[in-house]
Amino acid sequence: MEKETKAFQRVYTKLFQLTKATVSLHAKGIGYDELAIVDGRLAQVVKIMEDLVTLQIFGGTEGIATNAEVIFAGKAPTLKVGDDLAGRFFNAYGEPIEGGEILGEEREIGGPSVNPVRRKQPSEFIPTGIAGIDLNNALVTGQKIPFFADPDQPYNQVMAMVALRAKADKIILAGMGLTRDDYLYFKNVFDNAGALDRIVGFINTTEDPPVERLLVPDMALTAAEYFAVEKNEKVLVLLTDMTLYSDALSIVSNRMDQIPSKDSMPGSLYSDLARLYEKAVQFPDGGSITQIAVTTLSGGDITHAVPDNTGYITEGQLFLRKDSDIGKVIVDPFRSLSRLKQLVIGKKTREDHPQVMNAAVRLYADAANAKTKQENGFDLTDYDKRSLDFAKEYSEKLLAIDVNIETDEMLETAYELFSTYFKPEEVGIKQQFIDKYWKNNKN
Amino acid sequence: MNTIGNVTGIIANLVIVETQGTTAQNEICYIKHGDTRLMAEVIKVVGNKSYIQVFESTRGVKVGTEVEFMGHMLEVTLGPGILSKNFDGLQNDLHKMEGVFLKRGEYTHPLEMEQKYDFKALAKKDDKVVAGSWLGEVKENWIPHKIMVPFTFKGEYTVKSINKDGEYTPEETIAVLTDREGKDHEVTMTQKWPVKVPIKAYKDKPRPFKILETGIRVMDTLNPIAEGGTGFIPGPFGSGKTVLQHNLSKNAEADLVIIAACGERANEVVEIFTEFPELDDPRSGRKLMERTTIIANTSNMPVAAREASVYTAMTIAEYYRAMGLKVLLLADSTSRWAQALREMSNRMEELPGPDGFPMDLSAIIANFYARAGYVYLPNGESGSITFIGTVSPAGGNLKEPVTESTKKVARCFYALSQARADSKRYPAIDPIDSYSKYLEYPEIVEYLNKTIHENWTDNVFKAKDILLRGKESYEQINILGDDGVPIDYHVRYWKSELIDFAILQQDAFDAIDASSSLERQNYMLQKTLEVADMDFEFESFEDVGPYFKRIINALKQMNFSDYESDEFKQNEKEFRNILKEQETAGKEEEVTAEEKAS
Repeated sequence: MEKETKAFQRVYTKLFQLTKATVSLHAKGIGYDELAIVDGRLAQVVKIMEDLVTLQIFGGTEGIATNAEVIFAGKAPTLKVGDDLAGRFFNAYGEPIEGGEILGEEREIGGPSVNPVRRKQPSEFIPTGIAGIDLNNALVTGQKIPFFADPDQPYNQVMAMVALRAKADKIILAGMGLTRDDYLYFKNVFDNAGALDRIVGFINTTEDPPVERLLVPDMALTAAEYFAVEKNEKVLVLLTDMTLYSDALSIVSNRMDQIPSKDSMPGSLYSDLARLYEKAVQFPDGGSITQIAVTTLSGGDITHAVPDNTGYITEGQLFLRKDSDIGKVIVDPFRSLSRLKQLVIGKKTREDHPQVMNAAVRLYADAANAKTKQENGFDLTDYDKRSLDFAKEYSEKLLAIDVNIETDEMLETAYELFSTYFKPEEVGIKQQFIDKYWKNNKN
Repeated sequence: MNTIGNVTGIIANLVIVETQGTTAQNEICYIKHGDTRLMAEVIKVVGNKSYIQVFESTRGVKVGTEVEFMGHMLEVTLGPGILSKNFDGLQNDLHKMEGVFLKRGEYTHPLEMEQKYDFKALAKKDDKVVAGSWLGEVKENWIPHKIMVPFTFKGEYTVKSINKDGEYTPEETIAVLTDREGKDHEVTMTQKWPVKVPIKAYKDKPRPFKILETGIRVMDTLNPIAEGGTGFIPGPFGSGKTVLQHNLSKNAEADLVIIAACGERANEVVEIFTEFPELDDPRSGRKLMERTTIIANTSNMPVAAREASVYTAMTIAEYYRAMGLKVLLLADSTSRWAQALREMSNRMEELPGPDGFPMDLSAIIANFYARAGYVYLPNGESGSITFIGTVSPAGGNLKEPVTESTKKVARCFYALSQARADSKRYPAIDPIDSYSKYLEYPEIVEYLNKTIHENWTDNVFKAKDILLRGKESYEQINILGDDGVPIDYHVRYWKSELIDFAILQQDAFDAIDASSSLERQNYMLQKTLEVADMDFEFESFEDVGPYFKRIINALKQMNFSDYESDEFKQNEKEFRNILKEQETAGKEEEVTAEEKAS
């Protein structure tokens, strides 16, 4: 394989055009998407017009001269996959950061999609202990879901916590524009938990060129597919931060003179993101790829092109918000949603789970209305006051991200709160559940 | 002799091909990449250069690669065997593809050409026939699948011979037709048709005059869609579009449901694959999958095939409509299709229209919606395509090109509201912003009053009015405060909440509540209006909410029980008892008032 590739290699030394992210040159017999080395830097073919080939240079074009050496590899970008990947961290090109070699089979990254009829419906509940997730937004293997969070929120910490509790066979961290501090944080947390042998990392930090990030998710997902398909493992992929990934997309499309769409993002943003997120899958043989991503927002604005397109692709989103009443970060029950929760709640969890979840959120909404009334200086009814008290305790005992309890306990806690503050008919759940689970001791 | 060309340029899935011969707009061609053939469609021709959009990844394609032009547009194969299948956007049978991953350049046949179908002739020798005339029928699942004169046939033909009843494969000749010039044409059970051309093998297309029952109260009661009508559902993500579409496909009263999953999540399609073969069709008692066909171009499948997927779905719907069937076509989401058009327009460096979409976007959408409709067939029978598309407006903003273009052509507008979704009032269709133009059709009003109840439409408008007045009262309460308004405002608000909770909200995941018959909808509407017509006396505004919540709870428990079951009646009794408390209170008032008067 190696020799054959070498035979295809062609070397050129005259560049026709240079921009910040691309170079163009006259060359023949070049395939679309093909990889090349320009002055020692990795590049990929993004456009061919007659014999004029445009290459995107992942490391940026600083200092590249018009007589730079261009070697075409005759193949698309690849990653060597094998059990050797486990416990190691790689750069965007799939090279071990600590040095050394990887033994394994060479795979093209960004491979084909799974035939939808060969997928299996996700059905395995992933308990995380966080009630804001398990009770209101249960996660399922094969799901893809992002955290929508402002940059000042502790999303990487929550993600690391979820990853460690999720009982995955492999955790693959795809870091895009990760600060070096956060990279070391992840490494430490996984190390302290004794989970390092289950981790594979592909890391592009803020110290690295931004365009390199474009390779990171494909590298991570190629590794994930290896473990999920070949080893039938449950793989959890952490993508942080997809907004910075999208920024890199817009840089490249801008350099290629494409007409920008909403928020200066390329018109193909939806397809570009969907291609990655849709790699989340439950295979029939037990292997699965679950994705938890981070999309950073600017001032909570979810109408920006990146969170907006993401929301249409992913199976829900988890919204972190600081609740000033209790001084903790909570999983916002209004804006958060897990689309696959219906597949497990009330089925893999207790039968009354869906109704309890909905009732609690509805009462929490009543409290939000009462709060608006209060802020506008109106008198509160008795019901308003009760719902406000309920909301505070609900937030503290169930929504806060520092909660770590079993799902049944979450349901019991919910009934405790219901019976403390409300009558059964105010809660509005099916009579049969009221009969069975309602806490009568307090009424 | 097919035209041959060579690749001269590649930008993602746009490929430029230089040819010596003739090429046509929308012509299909294949790029010979190594051992595989990559399917593509001509979208622009300049001089001897054809611009083609490739339905596959172009990774590795080189300048100089040979391209063969096929001399026809993108076609689907129509014949028995389409039902219950899962196709990709180009009508490849996904089940016939090998391996877990889709292989580039693998194309599979949509039908079962080996299978024998039990043919029964409907036409006889010397019959005069036209395109779309029924020559015979075969059983496909439970549907009598009509074998028709190919839609490409022009003018009148005479049946020269027709096969005896018996078993034939889809490729065998089943009839010979003679045209006016005396030339003979052999007809099989299958035919091909270009997807971008509407099938017009019908005699007349009247205004829709019946409604299509969906089982979803907020649609059927407040804003019904006509059989053969068009509607669209715009909504931000997380507002319940998908659940609503799935519920429509499960419960709508159609013979066939065709779902075009266009650029959406693969797991949603898997949900249909997994659940529909298990679920019973409440009307026929058969499995839901037997009436469902899925065209899946999920968001990770090639972008160019997204456009093809909606046209493929529409063409299949038209084919079954020509058999006299009632077809429901759902497309989720038409925005993804528009985005695919935008990506291509961008690569071709066309001058962009609003938000970067191509200038002819509105026209494309209008033409597509116009293909739906109720039709009378040449033999006097009727068939229909009811089309409902979803729209995914960027940032939930309804003032964007796809929503606006669709609003101009679709007759029903089901606006999903973020606020309703946030407070878990599902289905989150906004009762005030949404509309159905069909309620303005006298023929529909007449139909509704005749089939449901003589006062039905009056009651519907009354309910709408209560909802509107309730909203106004609510706004007043919010501005002036609970005690700053007369108690009447609270009553008015709670009367609208009653309709909201008992009629508008519906639990799609509850076995009973998920679908509601028209009879039942009428019953519940009358119950809520009965309350709305009552006068209430309350000491304080604080008593209004708790009282109404008890009524709401009783009506909700009715929604959760089987219609007219003991449980249902028990809850109704409870409802009556709650009302009685006020009736007696009211009567005492009346008595004292009368006494005073006398």
